[in-house]
Amino acid sequence: MVSTEVRILAGSGVCGAGFRAESLEEGIGKKPHFIGCDGGSTDPGPYPLGSGETAFGRSSIKRDMRLMLLAAQKEKIPLLLGTAGTSGGHPHVATAKEILLEIAEEEGLKFPLAVIHAEQDKNFLKKCFRQGRIKPLDPAPMFDEETIDKAERIVGMMGEEPFLKALDNGAEVVLTGRSSDCAIYAGIPVREGIPAGIAWHAAKILECGAASVEMRKTADSLFATCRGDHFDVEPLDQDLRCTPQSVASHSLYENADPFRLVESSGTMDLSTSVYEALNDRCVRVSKSGFAPAARYTVKLEGAEKVGYQTIVIGGVRDPYILRQLDSWLETGEANIHKRITDVYGDTITSDDYVLNIRIYGKNGVMGPLEPQKELTSHEVCLILEATASSQEIATSIATIARHKILHEPIPEWSGLITGLACTYSPAHIERGAVYRFNVNHVLEPVDPYEMFPIEYMNVN
Amino acid sequence: MKTIGELAKLVRSKNAGPFVMTIDIMFADSETYELVKKTGILNRRMVSEIYQMSENQVQFFEVDNCYAFKISIPRPCFQGDIRDSDSHAGQQYAPFVDLMVPGT
Repeated sequence: MVSTEVRILAGSGVCGAGFRAESLEEGIGKKPHFIGCDGGSTDPGPYPLGSGETAFGRSSIKRDMRLMLLAAQKEKIPLLLGTAGTSGGHPHVATAKEILLEIAEEEGLKFPLAVIHAEQDKNFLKKCFRQGRIKPLDPAPMFDEETIDKAERIVGMMGEEPFLKALDNGAEVVLTGRSSDCAIYAGIPVREGIPAGIAWHAAKILECGAASVEMRKTADSLFATCRGDHFDVEPLDQDLRCTPQSVASHSLYENADPFRLVESSGTMDLSTSVYEALNDRCVRVSKSGFAPAARYTVKLEGAEKVGYQTIVIGGVRDPYILRQLDSWLETGEANIHKRITDVYGDTITSDDYVLNIRIYGKNGVMGPLEPQKELTSHEVCLILEATASSQEIATSIATIARHKILHEPIPEWSGLITGLACTYSPAHIERGAVYRFNVNHVLEPVDPYEMFPIEYMNVN
Repeated sequence: MKTIGELAKLVRSKNAGPFVMTIDIMFADSETYELVKKTGILNRRMVSEIYQMSENQVQFFEVDNCYAFKISIPRPCFQGDIRDSDSHAGQQYAPFVDLMVPGT
């Protein structure tokens, strides 16, 4: 039995999603050995990774970061911030670092900082690809050197090792590019002698903040104590409760497999975990396993630009149109394509743009998988969506689509009709560049540090 | 006869990374969970029919320690792709809610 105790405070599920200041303070009162928080994931879709922007506003990120930084500095404990700025590429890390330095200046803080980069050099990736060191996960999009070239950026998801190296080299605050959420929390307890299965399972619960409570009200902090053969987890808001079921069921959330969770250095095995209520709001977890990986792998995430998009939002209320909605839109769509040919001749073919009409009130949410085929609503919302190689062409197509659908006739009415209630003027909304995820692969690095260079600086 | 929606304490769906989506159906107690489990109404075949894919693409789990069924499938559209209609895959569980459970 290990006698070590490691106490961990998770600031929030995401830096920028928020937490109660009182909860963080309550957690600090329990004397954590470190504070952790991740700054994002692929959850908001491909846009942040592709564009370099953050999913949460700068002010939201700054508020959360400020409270965590002040608390960690006051207690003289490490602050580990993973996946900076939503996606953890170079621009995201740069934004998060800028915010961190601003806070330090405003608060007069001085500390050794490590910034760990995770965006991958394209030549390095091509070399690894040629060496057969990039392997597909399931399901994986097609991947070759062209995929690497087309990607706006590809990031690697670092494990716990670069965090520990930065701490060993004296960093008090570690800000990283894309990292495993769990790695933020698991590295320290494992090194302190907590069994890997317990440390990683605690990390998995911590990385979502207060998501593992019975009735989540809002994003909040969470506290775990790893000790010997178990960990105890409890929310910091006295109104929240962790129950054996709420903690056990957290391994379901956002995971394909509830029993096996793959990390760079191994796989968690939660199939034998035991959950026991210590009181009505604190749960003890034991008997979780962790099998070290036969081969260390780093997950890659990438996004490429698809084009530019413009949409038109409108509604249909006429019962006569609604009863023939599909055929009405089919004819309308054909007329849109015809008008595009009139305008652009053979300079644009149907391969150069995508026109997508979404019908809310019919199958807007589930698309072709919607089991209810019959239209029962008295009105529907249409989104006419054009994607093309430039914003100008996308907008041009969207305006053509608006005009064609607006006046598309039905046999019941003679004369010019206006069959679309446009919500806005102008009716179209330019959505800018749109992206798609283009990588679901792992890379076999030489060691856990190869892909993640560390930059050290003294903030003062 | 009751529906899954009436019997469950939680029915939800979510992206599990950009390429997979997952559905959780959780019950408040072991009795209700075991009752639904015994009917066999939730299974890989019915999931494959709802989402129009082959049965071997469906991962199906019975998670006894939290009284839950869990289903994971490849997304019909990768998250954020042009024809994707539910980025977080948060509303794809709907067909399960009104599913009738025999013997309840």
